[in-house]
Amino acid sequence: MTLASKHTPSAPDIGRPESKWLGPLVLLGPSGIWLALLLVLPTLVILELSFVPGIRPGDVVNPSGLQNYTQIFQPIYLQVIARSLFFAINTTLICLLLGFPVAYWIALIAPSRWRNLLLLCFVLPLWTSSLLRSYAWITILRPTGVLNTLLTSIGLPPLNLLNSGSAVLIGMSYSLLPYMVLILYASLEKLDRRLLEAAADLGAPPSEAFWKVTVPQTLPGIAAGSLLVFITGLGDFVDPELLGGASSMTAARLIYNQFLGATQNWGFGSALSMLLILAVSLAIALLIKYGDSTAQR
Amino acid sequence: MYLPILVLAFYSFNQSAYSASWAGFTLAWYRKFFADERILSALQTSLMVALLAVAIAAVLGTLMTVGLARYHFPGKGLYRGVAYLPLIIPDIAIAVATLVFLAVVAIPLSLWTIVAAHVVFCLAYVAIVVSTRLTGLDSHLEEAALDLGATPAQAFIQVLLPELMPAIVSGCLLAFVLSMDDFLIASFTAGGGVTTLPMEIFSRIRTGVKPDINALSVVLILASGFVAFVAESIRYQGTQKRLK
Repeated sequence: MTLASKHTPSAPDIGRPESKWLGPLVLLGPSGIWLALLLVLPTLVILELSFVPGIRPGDVVNPSGLQNYTQIFQPIYLQVIARSLFFAINTTLICLLLGFPVAYWIALIAPSRWRNLLLLCFVLPLWTSSLLRSYAWITILRPTGVLNTLLTSIGLPPLNLLNSGSAVLIGMSYSLLPYMVLILYASLEKLDRRLLEAAADLGAPPSEAFWKVTVPQTLPGIAAGSLLVFITGLGDFVDPELLGGASSMTAARLIYNQFLGATQNWGFGSALSMLLILAVSLAIALLIKYGDSTAQR
Repeated sequence: MYLPILVLAFYSFNQSAYSASWAGFTLAWYRKFFADERILSALQTSLMVALLAVAIAAVLGTLMTVGLARYHFPGKGLYRGVAYLPLIIPDIAIAVATLVFLAVVAIPLSLWTIVAAHVVFCLAYVAIVVSTRLTGLDSHLEEAALDLGATPAQAFIQVLLPELMPAIVSGCLLAFVLSMDDFLIASFTAGGGVTTLPMEIFSRIRTGVKPDINALSVVLILASGFVAFVAESIRYQGTQKRLK
């Protein structure tokens, strides 16, 4: 009797506090555990490992110094980092210079019913294997490849581009151009055309209107696209490895070698990896700060 | 943009694959490729990894996105930040972290460790596609279902899930293609006997230009082009439906 009277009226109420916790737990718990185990914890482990000098697989972990980080400041490694930055910055510039006109054309000049299709065509190569896209450039750039066959057939001297910095830049720009176009397009599409018309009415020549109206308005898009290309370029492994040859050692290749190559210095590899994460976070922090300042204006 | 891809296609039909000039039409590379057991078994491994990782990521990612949209709790920003981290952090950093972690906790590398690592970035891509769709949805529909006596689970499965389906499918296709393409994370987390397709392709490119890779490229490009087309049309239909 007492039991029944306790139960029946308050049944919905009993369910409530339970479901208040059950919902978030069921929805957010599984992926939370997965991310904690396979993303957060691993990153903390490499942070710890980066303070262990000269560790090899199987060694006892005993954090004891900054030696791995000071090792980075040796001229040979500074050169590697400088080269990674050089590739990433130049790729960003090339993608911006090539991508802006394309995005501008698709967003503002091409007939509107073709726009989605044109954009799709431009982005489609992203869906193909990045290894194969690099491999295609090997076929084009190698000494007996397509480019040199064309050059010699019109009487020009052959170029030896494969295994050089130029080959890496070509490969990386080709891989990352679609991202740049996609982001610039999104930004140019939102451009307020009335401002351009107003500028023309007020007597501004097209070039002045472009620099004073179009560019400032698309600046957040330019910044976002450049950042994405820069970050991806900085961490790119495939293009430098396949197209760059021995002289194009980059940070990502160096990290790869510390873990899977002959070197096997996990501590130093972890330190380099942390540096890469730090560089990426710094770039994002700069964008957020910069993005905010453009939004306030 | 298509020149390099066309070059591969051109060579895949060329009898002499070692010189740039045309030596006659042949399908020999395709025959060789389809008879190559190492490539076929690598393809099988890749498909299995991608299907498992995407299936797990689809379930976890959808639950997570709905959870993030619905609940407010301390540390939510951090949770979201961590979930989207793989979109930004270079693959190599994720690969290194996972390998080191697995070594520290002494889990032997296998096909399953690749799957586990792939789920992490698949989760991020599924979540980002689904959350765009979720913000465009009418939340009243689910509330109405709850008012009419549906349990939260019923409302979720019968009302919300069908609405989110196009986004889930297109997020899955994106994650699937990325998982099939991943070389770095797979090579760090694969055990001795396990080789995915990108790993096999990489080792073949490194050891020299093999003409049957051209045939493989064309087949893969056609396949991923098809997946891209399906994904885009689903996304397109999704946006059309929302506009109505």
